[in-house]
Amino acid sequence: MNPRAAFFTGLRAVMPLLLGVAPFGVIYGVVALQSGIPALAAMAMSTIVFAGSAQFLLAQLVGAGAPFLLAAGAVGLVNLRHALYSASVAPLLARLPRRWKVLLAYLLTDEAYAAAIPHLLADARGPQSSQAHWILFGSGVGLWSGWQVSTLAGVLIGARLPADMGLDFALPLTFIAIVVPMISTRALFAAAIAAGVAAVALAALPYKLGLFLGALAGLSVGAALGRKPA
Amino acid sequence: MTLWGLMLVSGVLTFAIRYSFIAAEGHYQPPPWFALLLPFVPVAALTALTAPELLLVGGALDVGAGNVRLWAGLIAIAVAAIWRSTLLTIGSGFLALFLLQRL
Repeated sequence: MNPRAAFFTGLRAVMPLLLGVAPFGVIYGVVALQSGIPALAAMAMSTIVFAGSAQFLLAQLVGAGAPFLLAAGAVGLVNLRHALYSASVAPLLARLPRRWKVLLAYLLTDEAYAAAIPHLLADARGPQSSQAHWILFGSGVGLWSGWQVSTLAGVLIGARLPADMGLDFALPLTFIAIVVPMISTRALFAAAIAAGVAAVALAALPYKLGLFLGALAGLSVGAALGRKPA
Repeated sequence: MTLWGLMLVSGVLTFAIRYSFIAAEGHYQPPPWFALLLPFVPVAALTALTAPELLLVGGALDVGAGNVRLWAGLIAIAVAAIWRSTLLTIGSGFLALFLLQRL
């Protein structure tokens, strides 16, 4: 695969996710304004922080007048799961110059990672030199653009927001489309079950910690089973 | 000014988390068990994101017939397992949701 093909592979892969991300971006824009955040700052947050659930939380905390350190700490906790994605793609990006690593780390979100990962795995198995960075760049740019446009839409036309059309269901559906075909062994199946059960059981924890701990539970169960001969 | 300061700190923190392992790669020797965990990151992390979306309604577990997202999701899982097609999975999930909501 050449760089251009890899870029468009990533870009195409993230498109279905935009269907679900766009309503979130619009709602974020509305919530930010309602929290008393000026339109310019609400837009700037989408480029500076660029993390959907953290931005929602920040907007609410700012609106509630939460203390500075508590708000920043909450953002750190909400985004903790991104460290898992960082660890997951790190070996693929080891030989790149720093400017690539910085750019791809900035663009590393749930959705961009999810969209790219099946293609990254296929790329790593392939005979040619790795195009992992172009795949990640394609999915990252696609998601970034969609997030900025939908945030802007929320800030500009927020008051006339259409009723809930269920488009946010595109996110779980796309994750299902990505995960299910990846489950090729008993250990991967057990990892998925453990992660799902733990995430649901721990969903009441604040700062989305249930997602992070659920993922850790899945990793542990998977690794414990994966080590044994099948 | 506090708002912009908070945004900046949050942005730096978010970037630092995303950059952490990418930056450290090659500069540290992870313990052997660490490499065993990595292949499970995509499936574990994405399932942890998805399961609560299907199983929880208003924060409470709901496996009843009224939880249409759960049943539409299960149909999508079956479609994904059989046909392994992204578009077919999303399409069937939305179609199932649409139909189930109108039952």
